[in-house]
Amino acid sequence: MEWRADGVLLSVRRHGESAAIIEVFTADHGRYAGVVRGGASRRMAPLLQPGAQLDATWRARLADHMGAFTVDLKHGRAAEVMDNRVALAGLSAVCAALAFCLPEREAHPALYARSIAVLDGLGADAWGAAYLAWELALLEEMGFGLDLGRCAVTGVTQDLTYVSPRTGRAVSTAAAGEWRDKLLPLPPVLRGVGLADPHEVATGLRVTGHFLTQHLAPAMGDRPFPAARQRLVDLLARA
Amino acid sequence: MSDDTREIEALIDMMARLPGLGPRSARRAVLHLIKKRGQLMRPLAQTMANVAETARECLNCGNIGNGDVCGICTSEKRGNGQLCVVEDVADLWAMERGQAFAGRYHVLGGTLSALDAIGPDELRIPKLRDRVAAEGITEVILALNATVDGQTTAHYIASELEHAGVTVTSLAQGVPIGGELDYLDDGTISAALRARKSL
Repeated sequence: MEWRADGVLLSVRRHGESAAIIEVFTADHGRYAGVVRGGASRRMAPLLQPGAQLDATWRARLADHMGAFTVDLKHGRAAEVMDNRVALAGLSAVCAALAFCLPEREAHPALYARSIAVLDGLGADAWGAAYLAWELALLEEMGFGLDLGRCAVTGVTQDLTYVSPRTGRAVSTAAAGEWRDKLLPLPPVLRGVGLADPHEVATGLRVTGHFLTQHLAPAMGDRPFPAARQRLVDLLARA
Repeated sequence: MSDDTREIEALIDMMARLPGLGPRSARRAVLHLIKKRGQLMRPLAQTMANVAETARECLNCGNIGNGDVCGICTSEKRGNGQLCVVEDVADLWAMERGQAFAGRYHVLGGTLSALDAIGPDELRIPKLRDRVAAEGITEVILALNATVDGQTTAHYIASELEHAGVTVTSLAQGVPIGGELDYLDDGTISAALRARKSL
């Protein structure tokens, strides 16, 4: 068994004295794990940093074996953002969330393309809004997409200001009525309209955070969602 | 395994668990120890027993020494207001080998890690805050690894100490002594370029 593809390095774990077990996310093969012989060596360790774009070749005798990777670095993103605390936290949050959520060996080409875009934009202006849109795409891809196009109660498409924390569907101001205190706020940026100012993005991240931690994480074996996301959210709120 | 070699095999198994040793090298080491029983094996066994009895973590900095508080923490000469934060005791010992730093240390015991779910509470960060306040620290030097986890931890500590009234610095990143540009990775070259200095 063998394939070769471009992919993003999601995680690295030392294996024995000199090897490493890495997880790579590719468009056609999804999240794949494998051993890199010599991956913990002085030559390889600087290349194997999360977020790196790799030219990866995976080989195994049988398909259900873990297999081994040989990798070439195409583009290392970590070194570019080491000095920028928000960008570095963003890189960690994206890689940790993908490693946490993605099922192994299941292709997600659309999410792969979105992930590459959000990683390549690290450190840019209004990156927070791009990250928020990426979290929405992650929820959608994992089967927990939000339905923010029309009111769940009345079907109207205007004046949508709340989200149901249970169903993820939008609710209009008029329909919210006495339940408004139990609903999540729906900032326009979450629907792709309006200005992506930091306050709006922070409100949007509160909504996506609810669905990531309360809906998606319990479905992943009830493990807590990676803390790297909360560190990023805290930094974005302070920025 | 025969009865007459059972204990030797057990020793080889134990040695093979040490970092840098495999079964073959463990076997060679044990054979060498047996041949040098008087000169090497007995003193080694005695020394190991002593260290096993006395080695402990410094209550202040996390270094490993023979007392509750290590020699660096008790030395008045080292109290110059500088505190170097390292990930692990091995890093502290590496810094000491270079003899370039004359202040005190603080061992975190790891780094923040998304993969291993290690948060600030699992590290010695609260103790660091206490030390900065109690020991008259003027500069905190973050000597953490230039990895995603290491630098994430460095940024976290820097933000935690933002209002502590201390200067927070970190080690420079760039071309190692004896390094050739042709063999360096792109990230190191770009970090070195960003940290260039006038001559």
